[in-house]
Amino acid sequence: MTLTNIKRPLTNLDRLKALSGQSVIYAILILGALWALFPFAWMVFSSLKGYTEAYAAETFLPTRWLFSNYIDAWNKVEFFPRYFANTIFIAVCTVAGVLTTSTLAAYAFARMEFPGRDTLFIILLATMMIPFEVTLIPNFILVRNLQWVDNYAALIIPWIASAFSIFLLRQFFKSIPQELFDAAVIDGCTHLRFLTTIVVPLSRPALITSGLFTFLATWNSLMWAILVTNKPEMRPIQVGMAAFIGEAGTQIQLLLAAVTISVIPVIIVYLILQRWFIEGIATVGIRG
Amino acid sequence: MTTQTAESAIPHTRWFSSRTRRRIQWSAYLYILPAYIIIAMFHIIPVFYAIYIGMNKGPINKFVWVGFDHYLRALTGGEFWGSLVTTFAYTLLTMPFTIALGLFFAYLLYQPFVKARGMFRAIFFLPYVVSTVGSSIVWAWILDPRSGLANAALKSVGFPPLRWLIEPSGVFELMAKNIGVTIPEWAGGPSMALVAISIFSIWQAMGYDIVIFLAGLTNIPGELYEAARIDGASGWTLFRHITIPLLAPTTFFVVVISVIGSLQSFNHIFTMNRASAQSLGGPLGSTSTLTVYMFDQLYTNSNYGYATAVAILLSLIILAFTLFNFKFLGKRVQY
Repeated sequence: MTLTNIKRPLTNLDRLKALSGQSVIYAILILGALWALFPFAWMVFSSLKGYTEAYAAETFLPTRWLFSNYIDAWNKVEFFPRYFANTIFIAVCTVAGVLTTSTLAAYAFARMEFPGRDTLFIILLATMMIPFEVTLIPNFILVRNLQWVDNYAALIIPWIASAFSIFLLRQFFKSIPQELFDAAVIDGCTHLRFLTTIVVPLSRPALITSGLFTFLATWNSLMWAILVTNKPEMRPIQVGMAAFIGEAGTQIQLLLAAVTISVIPVIIVYLILQRWFIEGIATVGIRG
Repeated sequence: MTTQTAESAIPHTRWFSSRTRRRIQWSAYLYILPAYIIIAMFHIIPVFYAIYIGMNKGPINKFVWVGFDHYLRALTGGEFWGSLVTTFAYTLLTMPFTIALGLFFAYLLYQPFVKARGMFRAIFFLPYVVSTVGSSIVWAWILDPRSGLANAALKSVGFPPLRWLIEPSGVFELMAKNIGVTIPEWAGGPSMALVAISIFSIWQAMGYDIVIFLAGLTNIPGELYEAARIDGASGWTLFRHITIPLLAPTTFFVVVISVIGSLQSFNHIFTMNRASAQSLGGPLGSTSTLTVYMFDQLYTNSNYGYATAVAILLSLIILAFTLFNFKFLGKRVQY
C-alpha cells in the first residue's frame, strides 16, 4: 500500500511538496486530537479551581491549583466512595460471570456435538438483535417481583451472560487447530481440562476483548441502574453522579472533580488495553 | 472430518464407527446451561412478556387488559410522532457530520507516511470510551450560558452568547431573528438545545467512525491503487473512484449503526437535561427522542403498559434497520 510510490527519481521540489503536504496533514490530525481532548483538559482545570474562579470562567488554567477539591469531592459528595466501590464490585462480578458462562457455552458451540446445537446457536444470535429497550420493563417487573430492587443481584445477574461474548469466543475457539484437541484426547484429556489448560490460555486476546467490552458497558450503564436502585447507598457511580447534578447547591468544581475520579479507572483500563479494544471494535464492527 | 482409515476398511464396524464419529456429548448441555438460563430468563422470555405488558394498563400486578389501545394512542397521538421527528432531526444533525469527519480523519490517518497512527487513533477514540454521564456533565459545563467555555469563545470572536441547552427555539428561527426576519413556526428548525446535544454526540461518536473507516480502508487491496496510478489517476480521483465505492459497505454499516444509535440515544440527553436544570426531554420537550420519551413514560409517569408499547414500536423500527443491514451487507460485502 505505497501511496507515495513515484517512479521517477525524486527532485528537491518533490521532497519539499511532499513535506509541506505532510505537515498540513499532521497539523489537521493534531487539531482533531485537540478537539477530542480539550473537554478533558477543561474538566481537569475547572476541577482544580476555586468556586468563584470556576464560575467566573475567565482563565483556562487555575490561578491556584486546589487539589483539595478532590478530597472534598470524595468526602462531601454523599456516598461517593460507596458509589465507587459499588461499581467496582458490580463490574468485577459481571466480567467474571460473562467470561465464565461465555467460555463454557462458546466451547460447547465450537467444539462439541449435540442435538440442536445449531438451532440453539441461531436463537442465541437472534437475541443479539433484540433491542435493550424491549426487555427493560419486563425485566424490571421480574426483578421487582424477585425482591431484587436495591440488591446487587439486580445489577449483576441479568448481565452475566452475553450472546455477543459467546459469539466472539466461539469464532476464536473454532480457529484453534483440531490436531491440538486430537492429541489431547489421545493423552486422556477431558473436554473441561482441554478447555481450561489449552483453549483458555490460547484465547487471551478474545477473552480480553470480551472482558473489556463487558467492563466498559457495566461501568457506563445508566438506565437499568436508575430503575433498580432507590437507596442512594446501592447506586453505581453513574447513577450517583446523575443524582448529584440535580442536588441543590452542587458546586461545579466539586462535581467535575467527582467526574474526573469516576472516569480515571476507565481511562486507565483503556490506555492499558486500547489495542485489543480498538481492534475488537474494528473486527466486530466490520462483521456487523 | 477425519475418518479413521483402519476402521472404515472393516465393513461390519461401520455402524459403530459412524456413531463414534458423531460423538454426541451430552455434557455439552451443561456447558451452555448457565449462559442459556440467564439469556432465556432476561433476554428471550421478557420479549413475550413485553408483548403482554404492552396490552395492559395500570400498576404492576394489577394490570387491566386494554388490547391495542396503547398502540392506537401512540400512533394517533402527537407525542410519539413528535419524538420520532425529534429523533430524525437528531440523526440528521449528527450522522452526516460524524461520518464526514470520521472518513476525513480516517483517510488522513491511513496515509502511509503518518507516524504515531496508533496514538492518534487512541486519542480520537477516547471520547467514545469515557462514560457518557461524565462527559455529558463536562459538556453541559462547557455549554453553560453564563460560565461556559463555548460562550467565552463566541464572545472572543464578537458573537452574542447563546443559551445552548436551555434554548427551546429553533436554530433557523434564531438565525432569522438575528437578521431581523420572521419565519413561520414550522420552519423554525430543531431547537438550539438539540443542536447543543448533537455537538456533544458528534464529539463522542467521531472516534468510533474513524476506527471503523480505518479498518475498512485497510481492507481495500493496495493493488487497486497501484493499477489506477499506472493508468494516471491520482489524489482526488483515487479517493472518488476507488476509496468511496469500495468503502460503500463500511459506510452503509456506519449509517445503520448511527441510525440505531440515535433511536436508542438516552444517557447523554438524560444527563445534559439534568445538568442544565431542565426536566427530562429538555426545554419544551424539544430534546425528547424516542427512547427518552419511552423512559419518561415509564419513570416519570409509571405508565408501564404504554411505555412498553412505545418500546416495542421503537424496537420494531430498530429491528427493521438491523435486518436491512444484514440483508444488504450480505450482498454488498463481496465485490
